[in-house]
Amino acid sequence: MRTASLKPRRTTRKQPQMVFDPTAIRTDFPLLQTQSHDHPLVYLDNAATSQKPQAVIAALTRYYTNQNANIHRGVYKLSVDATTAYECVREKVANFIGTGQTHEIIFVRGTTEAINLVAASWGGQNIKAGDQIILSELEHHSNIVPWQLLAQRTGAKICVIPITDAGELRLDEYEKLLNDTTRLVGITHISNALGTINPVKQITALAHKYGAKVLVDGAQSVPHIPVNVKDIDCDFFAFSGHKICGPTGVGVLWARQEILEAMPPYQGGGDMISSVTFEQSTWNAVPYKFEAGTPNIAGVIGLGAAIDYVTGIGMDKIVAYENELLGYALEKISAIKGVRIVGSAKQRAAVISFVMDGVHPHDIGTILDGQGVAIRTGHHCCQPVMDRLNIPATARASLAFYNNREDVDRLLDAIKKVREIFG
Amino acid sequence: MSDHRELYQETILDHSRSPRNKHAMPDANHHADGYNRLCGDKLSLYLKIENGVIEDISFIGEGCAISTASASLMTETLKGKRLEDVSPLFEKFHNMVAGSVEKIDDEEMLGKLLVFSGVREFPVRVKCATLAWHTLQAALKDNSKTVSTE
Repeated sequence: MRTASLKPRRTTRKQPQMVFDPTAIRTDFPLLQTQSHDHPLVYLDNAATSQKPQAVIAALTRYYTNQNANIHRGVYKLSVDATTAYECVREKVANFIGTGQTHEIIFVRGTTEAINLVAASWGGQNIKAGDQIILSELEHHSNIVPWQLLAQRTGAKICVIPITDAGELRLDEYEKLLNDTTRLVGITHISNALGTINPVKQITALAHKYGAKVLVDGAQSVPHIPVNVKDIDCDFFAFSGHKICGPTGVGVLWARQEILEAMPPYQGGGDMISSVTFEQSTWNAVPYKFEAGTPNIAGVIGLGAAIDYVTGIGMDKIVAYENELLGYALEKISAIKGVRIVGSAKQRAAVISFVMDGVHPHDIGTILDGQGVAIRTGHHCCQPVMDRLNIPATARASLAFYNNREDVDRLLDAIKKVREIFG
Repeated sequence: MSDHRELYQETILDHSRSPRNKHAMPDANHHADGYNRLCGDKLSLYLKIENGVIEDISFIGEGCAISTASASLMTETLKGKRLEDVSPLFEKFHNMVAGSVEKIDDEEMLGKLLVFSGVREFPVRVKCATLAWHTLQAALKDNSKTVSTE
């Protein structure tokens, strides 16, 4: 199984009736063929970043080998081709997240930059002293700190939706928090620490009743479930390329056109202007107003290849397969004596946080690593979640469509090894 | 090496399961808090120093096996030691766990602390082993602020 054939299989996978074949998929990922501490690598840290298929690696190589030129400015063929390749990805992303409006897609460095952009630009213009920003206890630090910085600058107030012991949002408490001073609700679509899938459509509808805007952090959702921003009806949506098989350093902010048009620029520089004099400059149209300087052209093209790759498999097939694998993993892990799974939301994605009696998560991580099993340990950039659940840290296994039951079994064996060593 | 028994030696497991000197000390005359952001380990260290001698030393806190065992073995080692002996010992200990010297010298001086020699193979765990010692330095300076291993 591990004799790698690195040929992309996209063409065959584009057949609509194609059967989901995890064994074939694994061979698309060079890193999954490698060894770690003399064991075949079992990569279960997908919530941190995903591995890259050969198709994405090849797209990056192809760009730098044959297409490299700056975009939006050259009159020569190479630049025109690079511009076309870059702008084609905007269309791919627009279709992938269900907007279809290419000018509503802004390329950024990642989810973190997307949220900072909204907080600085839209927030700076629309949030005043006494206004309320609602976040949740499940948020990643990147959907907390930009709003704190904004609140410190403006005198706005941050309120927090609490969670239950299962790791689900208290929607009753959320409704109590909403009022006429609420300007923004920032909510994660899927919790990176517990896997909870939040009812973002319902949350958005409630916020809109009070005229508040809604930002959805889609870093964990876009790689694992089909996403349609029009259906959610949110106002801002952010995600990262590297968690959906794309390169690092590229991500997407989506927002409605009228909102983007009313927002001031985030950064100044080339490409985002229409005209410049020392007295005054005027801004380019959206999305270019928000893409100052030479963007991550290769990254965007790599993201395009990643979206082609996952849509070639089918997001519906990915979610069905991951759910089945999650069910298997939850059943097996929860059966191990002395292991407790943290978070039990009814709607959940393939993220499994767990703790073991008498063993600190960091020690679990080190011993698993020795068995070639890569998981994340710590607070997962979610210290408020850990404080709420009264634990310092967890061990977290997060699955992707290229994982299989054998990976889960190797995780189970490695957990048994922890018990052997710690008694 | 792959089963990590080199790191998790029996003495370390023993001290992490049943840490020595793990209690608060109301009449301590030196105290500091330590924090390891990577693992979320928190440690409070208490010392009673009389005439340049560590008469008593204890700690409380939660952490991984390496950091708990390190705090436990450090307190056991330092009880009754003169203050001027602390810095040279920490230097030897740090060199051993950080792998900054080729060969561990002065094994006699390190004594039981030699069980941490396996840490040098695990660069991300060095901070776990040194948290107690960094906190000790802060306590001896009478620095009541929280120290971090960052």
